[in-house]
Amino acid sequence: MLDQTMQPAGTEASTQPASIDAAEEARLTSSLKPLAKGAFTEAHARHLLWRTGFGGSAEQVALLAEWGLEKSVDHILDFEKVPGEPVQADDFDKDIMRPPTADEREMYRMAQRSRDEDKLAQIREARQRREQTDRVQVGAMQRWWLKRMIETPRPLEEKMTLFWHGLFATNYRTIENSYHMFLQNQLFRKHAVGSYADLLKGIIRDPAMLAYLDNNDSKKGKPNENLAREIMELFSLGVGNYTERDIKEGARALTGYTFEDDGFVFQARNHDNGVKTILGRTGPMNGEGFVDAILAQPACSRYIARRLYHHFVGDVPPDERGGDADLEPAQRSVLRLMASQLTTSNYELKPVLRRLFMSAHFYEPRFRLQRIKSPTELIVGAIRSLNTPPRDLSILNDATDLMGQRLFFPPSVKGWEGGRSWINTSTYFVRQNVLAFLISGKKPQGYDATADTQPFDAMAVIGSEASSPATAVARVLDVTLGQRPETAIGALREYLKSNGDRIDQSTVQGMLLLVTAMPEYQLC
Amino acid sequence: MTDANRPDPFSRREFLSSGLLLASAAASIPAFLNRSALAMHAQAAGLSSVPGVPEDHVLVVVQLGGGNDGLNTVVPFGDPLYHKARPGIGIKENEALRLSGVEGIGLHPQMGAMKDLYDDGMLGIVQGVGYPNPNRSHFKSMDIWHTADTSATGDGWLGRYFDAECCGYGKGESGTAPSPASSSPPGIAIGRAAPLSMQGRAIKPVSFESAELFKWSAAEMHKTLRSGYEDLNRRGADANAKGDRNSDFLLRTALDAQISSDAIRKAVAQRPLVSYPASELARQLSMVALMIRAGLRTRVFYVTHGSFDTHSGQGGAQGRHGQLLNQFAAAMKAFYADLRQQRNDGRVMTLAFSEFGRRVGQNASGGTDHGTAAPVFLAGPMVRRGVIGDHPSLKDLDDGDLKYRIDFRSVYAGILGGWLKADAGKILEGSFDALPVLGKATRDVGR
Repeated sequence: MLDQTMQPAGTEASTQPASIDAAEEARLTSSLKPLAKGAFTEAHARHLLWRTGFGGSAEQVALLAEWGLEKSVDHILDFEKVPGEPVQADDFDKDIMRPPTADEREMYRMAQRSRDEDKLAQIREARQRREQTDRVQVGAMQRWWLKRMIETPRPLEEKMTLFWHGLFATNYRTIENSYHMFLQNQLFRKHAVGSYADLLKGIIRDPAMLAYLDNNDSKKGKPNENLAREIMELFSLGVGNYTERDIKEGARALTGYTFEDDGFVFQARNHDNGVKTILGRTGPMNGEGFVDAILAQPACSRYIARRLYHHFVGDVPPDERGGDADLEPAQRSVLRLMASQLTTSNYELKPVLRRLFMSAHFYEPRFRLQRIKSPTELIVGAIRSLNTPPRDLSILNDATDLMGQRLFFPPSVKGWEGGRSWINTSTYFVRQNVLAFLISGKKPQGYDATADTQPFDAMAVIGSEASSPATAVARVLDVTLGQRPETAIGALREYLKSNGDRIDQSTVQGMLLLVTAMPEYQLC
Repeated sequence: MTDANRPDPFSRREFLSSGLLLASAAASIPAFLNRSALAMHAQAAGLSSVPGVPEDHVLVVVQLGGGNDGLNTVVPFGDPLYHKARPGIGIKENEALRLSGVEGIGLHPQMGAMKDLYDDGMLGIVQGVGYPNPNRSHFKSMDIWHTADTSATGDGWLGRYFDAECCGYGKGESGTAPSPASSSPPGIAIGRAAPLSMQGRAIKPVSFESAELFKWSAAEMHKTLRSGYEDLNRRGADANAKGDRNSDFLLRTALDAQISSDAIRKAVAQRPLVSYPASELARQLSMVALMIRAGLRTRVFYVTHGSFDTHSGQGGAQGRHGQLLNQFAAAMKAFYADLRQQRNDGRVMTLAFSEFGRRVGQNASGGTDHGTAAPVFLAGPMVRRGVIGDHPSLKDLDDGDLKYRIDFRSVYAGILGGWLKADAGKILEGSFDALPVLGKATRDVGR
C-alpha cells in the first residue's frame, strides 16, 4: 500500500492554468453555443448516434428526433441510468497466467540444479500450454467485447472504453496476460465518462500498463523511464510540454510501483522517496504526486480536449505539435473552451461532453458524414442500424483484425492512428465483404463455403409503406448513408429496374449490398 | 527486362483496358481521366521511383512456420555428437545429400530438389542463424524475426522498408502514405492475413489466400449487382473537387482497389509455364510466379509453409519432417524453373527462414523440442552460393541448445542493402554487419 503520510509536496505551487478573463470567456462560450431549439432533426439525431455510439436503426433515429436534443443527449450521456449487463470479475479465468507457486518454483530450481533436462523441458512445455490457453482466452475476450458493443443499450460506455483503450494503448502481445487486459478494460469502463484525473491515477496502478511499459521492475537507483515518458507524451501532455528532466524525475517518482499476481503493489523498499522536481513542482513526490503535477499543467486539459474533439468531431490532428495556430478560429475557440471546462470541472468528463454534444458546432454540416468509420464502428454500426443478425462473432473478430483494429492488440503505445490509415486496397475489400456477410450470410474468404442461415429481415429496413422504387431507394439511402447522392440513386434505380422494379426481400437485400459497398458507406 | 511477354501494366493501352474506361463512361469529364492518368503514373512508379534503386528486384520470403529442425535439414553428419544426440531420428552419413565445397555437411535426403538448386549455383545456405537470448515461444520468436527487434515490438522489417522507400520514414517514425496503394501493391502476402513483418506505418500489404477472393464477394450473388457495383466503385475522385476530403480519398482508393484486383486476378488466371508439385506451398509459389510474369511492380511476396512443430514422431530420413522438407524443396525448384522460363529468375531472390530451430537432443517421443539457431536459405541465380558460415558447435552448447553464429538481422541487412538497395541501417535501426548475399551468376540469367 502507498504510504499515506507521504503527500506530494508543492501541490499549491506554481503552474495553475492561466485563468481566462470574462470577455474571453464570453467569446469562447459563444463558440459552443447550444443548437437552436427545434433545430434537432433526424439528420442531427443520426449524427449524434453515430458519433457517440455505433449508429442506430431508422426507428431509433426517429425516436431521438422526437425526444429532442436535451433528452437525447441526457439519455446517451447519463447511461448509468440505463440498465446494462454488468461485467463480472469471473467472466474470465484469472488463473491461467498466475505466477508459479512456491512448490512450483522449488521444483524448477531442483530441476535446474540437477540438470534434469526432461523435467525442465516438461516445465517449459507446461508454460507453453498455459500461454496457448491464455491466447485462446484473449480471443474469447475480443468476441465478448464485440458482443457487448453490438448488444449494449449504453453505446457511449463502450465507445469511451474503446477511446481509452486507444489512448492508454496496451498490447496483449507484449504482456501475455489476458486477465490483466480484462482488468484494464474494467478500469476504462469504470471511468468511461467519469473523471480523467481518476483514470490517470488508476493507470499508474494498472498491472497491464505497468508490465507493458516496464515499470514493474523499476527500482530506486535504476528507474525505468518508459512509463514516465509515455504518460506525458501520449497520455496527458503531448510532445513539447515537458522536458527530458521531467521524464527522469517522473520515473523516480514511479519507482516501486509494481504488481503481484493481479493486484497493484507499492514496494516501499524499491521506491525513491528523495526530493524531485517535476514540471515545476519540488518535493518527495510519489506516482500520485507526479500525476497531480501533470494534471495542474494547462497543457494537460488542452491535450485531453483535443483528443476528445478528434474522437467525436474530427478534422483536427490529435495532438498540438506546434500549437493551435494552424486551426481555424472557430475550432481554436472550441478547443480552448473545452480545455477550460475540463480544468473547471477537475477533469470530470460529463460537463464537457454534454456541452459539446449540445452545441451547434458539433452538428455543423461540414463535420457530418466526414469521419472514416473504424473497423468496429463499421461492423457494429451495420448490425445495429440495419438489424442484421451478428451471424458469427469469430468471423467478425477476424475481420476487425484484417481491417487493422484487433481489440487488445493496438499496434503500438500510440494506439490506432485511425482516419485514413484504416483504408487501403486490401482493407477496402475486407470492409465490403464483411458487410456482404452480415447482409447475405455469405462467408468472407477463407471460411467454409456454407452460408450462415440466420434470417435477416431486409424489408424491415425500408418499412412497410415504401412500395414504390423511388421511396424504397430513398429509405435505403437514408438508413445506410444518411444522404442521397445522385450516383447512388441512379445505380439503385437501375438495379431495381433490371429486376422488374420488384421491391422484395431479395431486391432490398441487393440494394443494401450495393450501398454498403460504396466508398461513402465508410463515412459517418 | 527484355521480356516481351511482360507488358508494362501501366502503358496507356493496359491502363485504359484495366478499368478506367468504365470510370470514364460514368459522368466524369476528361479532366478526371487526365488527372487520374497522372496519378496512376506516379503510383506506378511507386516504390521503384527512387533514383538508383533497381526497378525490378523482387524478394520472396518463405516462412517455415513452427520451428524447423535445422539439424535435420542441413545435417552435420560428420560430427559424432550429432549421431549421439539423435539415435532414433538422426540422418545417417550414407543418407545425407552431400554438398560440394563443404566437409561433413549435407542436406536431408528428401531435399534432392534443393540439392539440384545448390549444384546449379542457385542456393546459399547460411548456417547457425539466430539472435541473443533466444525466445522459445513460437509467437514471440516469430515476432522477433518479423520486427527485427529482440523486444518483438514495432513495425515489421519489410513494412519499414516500404515506408522508407515510399516516404522516407525510419524506424519508429510515423506518417501517412502520400497516396493509396498503387495497383501493384508493394507487398503481397498469400494467406488470410498479411504477416507482421510487412506491416509498415504508412504502407500496408495486400493479402489473399487466392486471388479470386481479392474482390467483392457479392459480385456473383446476382448478375444484376455487378454493373451497379462497377459504377459505384470505379468513379474515381472528381478532379475539380476542392481540398482533399475523406470522401475523395475513399473514391480514389475504391478505384485503386478495383484496378489492383483486376491486375492480380488477371495475372493468376494464366497457366504456369512449368508444372508444379501438388502442395500448398507450390500453389502459393506458382501464384507468385504468375504475378511476377504479369509484370506487377510488387517488390516483396510472402508465402508460408508448415507446420514444422515436430515434438513427436518427426521421423528421420522418412517421415513427417522429411515430407515437409520434400514439399519445400520441390516447390522451390519448380518456382525457379518457372522463373527461368519467364527469363525473370535473375530478378528474384528468395529467403526461407523459421522462427527457431530445435534442441540438439531428440526427446522421448521421437521428436524435438523448441530450440534456437538454425539455417536460413537464400535462393536465386544472383545469390552468394554455397554454405555460408560454420555450423554451430555441437559441443559448446547453451543449456542443450546451439549457439547462434550469425544474427538474422545481418542477413536482413545484406538483403536490404545488397539486393533491394535500401538503407539497411535506417530500416533496422542498429548497426548489424550486412552479410554479403550476392554472388556472381554462373550462367546467363533473365533479369
